[in-house]
Amino acid sequence: MLTKRIIPCLDIKDGRTVKGTNFINLRDAGDPAELGVLYAKQGADELVFLDITATHEKRKTLSALVNRIAHHINIPFTVGGGISSVEDVRVLLQNGADKISVNTAAFNSPALITELEKEFGSQCVVLAIDARKEEDGEWYVYLNGGRLKTETKCVDWAKQGVALGAGEILLTSMNHDGTKQGFALDITKLLAESLPVPVIASGGGGTMDHFVDVFEEGKADAALAASIFHFREIDITDLKKFLAQKSICVRL
Amino acid sequence: MNLVIIKYNAGNIQSVLYALERIGVSAIVTDDYKKIKSADKIIFPGVGEASSAMRYLKERGLDTVIKNLQQPVLGICLGMQLMCKYSEENDTECLGIFDEEVKKFKVQSSKFKAPQIGWNTIFNLQSSIFKDVKENSYCYFVHGYYAAFGDKTIATTDYVLPYSSALHKNNFYGLQFHPEKSAAAGEQILKNFIHL
Repeated sequence: MLTKRIIPCLDIKDGRTVKGTNFINLRDAGDPAELGVLYAKQGADELVFLDITATHEKRKTLSALVNRIAHHINIPFTVGGGISSVEDVRVLLQNGADKISVNTAAFNSPALITELEKEFGSQCVVLAIDARKEEDGEWYVYLNGGRLKTETKCVDWAKQGVALGAGEILLTSMNHDGTKQGFALDITKLLAESLPVPVIASGGGGTMDHFVDVFEEGKADAALAASIFHFREIDITDLKKFLAQKSICVRL
Repeated sequence: MNLVIIKYNAGNIQSVLYALERIGVSAIVTDDYKKIKSADKIIFPGVGEASSAMRYLKERGLDTVIKNLQQPVLGICLGMQLMCKYSEENDTECLGIFDEEVKKFKVQSSKFKAPQIGWNTIFNLQSSIFKDVKENSYCYFVHGYYAAFGDKTIATTDYVLPYSSALHKNNFYGLQFHPEKSAAAGEQILKNFIHL
């Protein structure tokens, strides 16, 4: 049976891992490649490396770091942050990334998703969406690392992205990110049940029970978290054993 | 040992090279048919689309070269699918090393998504390439098409239906999953191929 996946996310700035609360107040949590190897040994199913400053600073040169990571880890990994062209992606894949994630650039130029799908296949195109639930009860897409609100509803953009060629959706709830109060179950479930591709839930995981909830109630295919893993608040091996005890199919 | 990875217009080729480096094996990546023919062992990896990959191989005469290899050959993911007879992916005639056909996952309910992305088990392991690999080991899969179950099946995986997650005929081996991304189980399978 295909398992649910646990994905540590390593936010990168200047080649180092960082994680802030609600995208502000960055803290340094180590070397990305070293941390990646540690997570792979602990049983992480996949890794995501996001250059969180890339969109803002227009920085594109992750390739050396990606190459170093690819030499060291034996599980798949995704790279994102400021990716805006076929050439950006080619360089990252050639350096050993398995998938790439696009966010703001894809929203501003949706044809990018189709170009990437045609060139490299949908299996390596992850559409990352930062969403916030507003007072009207609807989830809206935010760009530029959560700094710019759009009038587009999250579910509409997700469906369009998949139609254009995205092979996976990485959904981050800005309301929940950094709170450790649990994942956004409603929007995760809506996307997971209405899209034909896997949905990775991100933002809010604080306890092991939150992961049970996001798989059982949220119907997520994978769950992503950062600081709780970086600061050893939850051990990945323990988390997967816990999920298995709760009859959730995981790789042990 | 002279190990060659076949270079063509498919992704994920570097990852195989790095995985071999991690188990202490060096390889060269090339599309030079002389180097391929003279290698001790050959890996035919790849993630991509079947018809454009076959066209690329044919244009360079590599289709004939691969079919006629006598030394151990390991196809991975798209590489394995191209070693089959036919793929439904854009109606593509493939190399025909294995008689099995490659079909698209037909997903009827929201229970299954296609492509299959993630970790799934391999079972009914029936080859020395799985030496010291436990039944029901988890391996990493990324694919929207699958090779049907047949008499050359040496490992089975269940997704939508049971299908061939590995094939073997004479000197040819095929793996649908990515051993280079399948943690310890994958590394063991690569080692076993190297030591065949």
